[in-house]
Amino acid sequence: MRPELQKLFRMEKLPHIWCPGCGHGIITRAIGEAIAESDINLDKTVIVSGIGCSSRAPGYMNFDTLHTLHGRALAFATGVKLANPELNVFVITGDGDATAIGGNHFIHAARRNIDLNVILFNNNIYGMTGGQYSPLTPTGKMASTSPYGNPENNFDIPALAIAAGASYVARGTAFHDKLLIECIKEGIKNKGFSLIEAMSMCPTSYGRRNKMGNAADMLNDLKRIAVNINVAKKLPPEKLEGKFLIGKLHHKPYPEFTQEYDKLILKLQKGAE
Amino acid sequence: MSSLPLDINYKYCKACGICYDLCPKKAVSGDDQGKIVLRNPQLCVKCGICESHCPDYVIFLRR
Ligand SMILES: Cc1ncc(C[n+]2csc(CCOP(=O)(O)OP(=O)(O)O)c2C)c(N)n1
Ligand code: SF4
Ligand code: SF4
Ligand code: SF4
Ligand SMILES: [Mg+2]
Repeated sequence: MRPELQKLFRMEKLPHIWCPGCGHGIITRAIGEAIAESDINLDKTVIVSGIGCSSRAPGYMNFDTLHTLHGRALAFATGVKLANPELNVFVITGDGDATAIGGNHFIHAARRNIDLNVILFNNNIYGMTGGQYSPLTPTGKMASTSPYGNPENNFDIPALAIAAGASYVARGTAFHDKLLIECIKEGIKNKGFSLIEAMSMCPTSYGRRNKMGNAADMLNDLKRIAVNINVAKKLPPEKLEGKFLIGKLHHKPYPEFTQEYDKLILKLQKGAE
Repeated sequence: MSSLPLDINYKYCKACGICYDLCPKKAVSGDDQGKIVLRNPQLCVKCGICESHCPDYVIFLRR
């Protein structure tokens, strides 16, 4: 790791506990790069996570960090941001953490347009607990709880976030790390709810069960299946079948929750005089 | 030593194979345990793919 980046990590906690080839390490590094390239006060930056392999990432990052409860990262982050709106608040969460047990917090944080930078590590599975299917496990895929293939439909996270009210929505992957860094940087600049879906991979609890080869094969799958939104605009729909889009998918700034809340406090204080 | 393109923290390597599977020049490869070895440093074009895709922060590319 380059020396400037080492300052943003708790180097003494490494090596991390993630399995060989786990995509979460690549994404965590990308978050560090995005923060390093952004003009934010590191002493006023907080990183909050829930529970899961992904949610262990802040433990390796040299900031004020909160490792909270499964599904509740956004609830804790909302509290932190409301208590002290000048803080830069990041949320690291998994597909299970954010969209299964934490699904309600997810839509309501987006609806409020509260200024949080959320990076959702999507490995399509509950990695930590041994490969149960999540709301982001694609239909037909194998999981320990769907040994004949997942009969359910999966969420489209950007579509869900946009519909719920997120003002910045983007997607990157562990393969497309440079694009992912750019998306996170744009999310940091957006004053409102920013959701970056980071496509990760879990060779241990997902790849093996779905015969997806080794970690490099899984990275190459991400390369093959992802299409940059700027390229996709020029392609006919049939060329996009079975693919997913990456890049900036939505950006529509509108009034942010903690700013509106402060205005309300000021107005009521004036009224009381 | 310092003329080598990569600085490798061998003891953190988990032998996942990502770096040598992705290296476009096959400058790095796996040793008998599957861990990284910079076998052909002269082939390295300093693209940085191995550095940014190693999940374990084993590699530092001298730029
Ligand atoms: C209230 C509660 N319910 C269930 C669990 C067990 N649990 C721990 S992590 C996890 C799923 C994590 O999946 P995800 O968020 O996708 O993270 P990953 O491990 O895949 O990165 C579950 C169900 C828990 N810790 N707490
Ligand atoms: S179980 Fe999966 S998500 Fe968890 S550390 Fe291992 S590879 Fe990563
Ligand atoms: S920098 Fe590029 S060419 Fe050099 S070893 Fe790494 S992947 Fe191979
Ligand atoms: S990518 Fe990193 S951990 Fe994996 S084999 Fe290469 S150096 Fe080792
Ligand atoms: Mg997961």
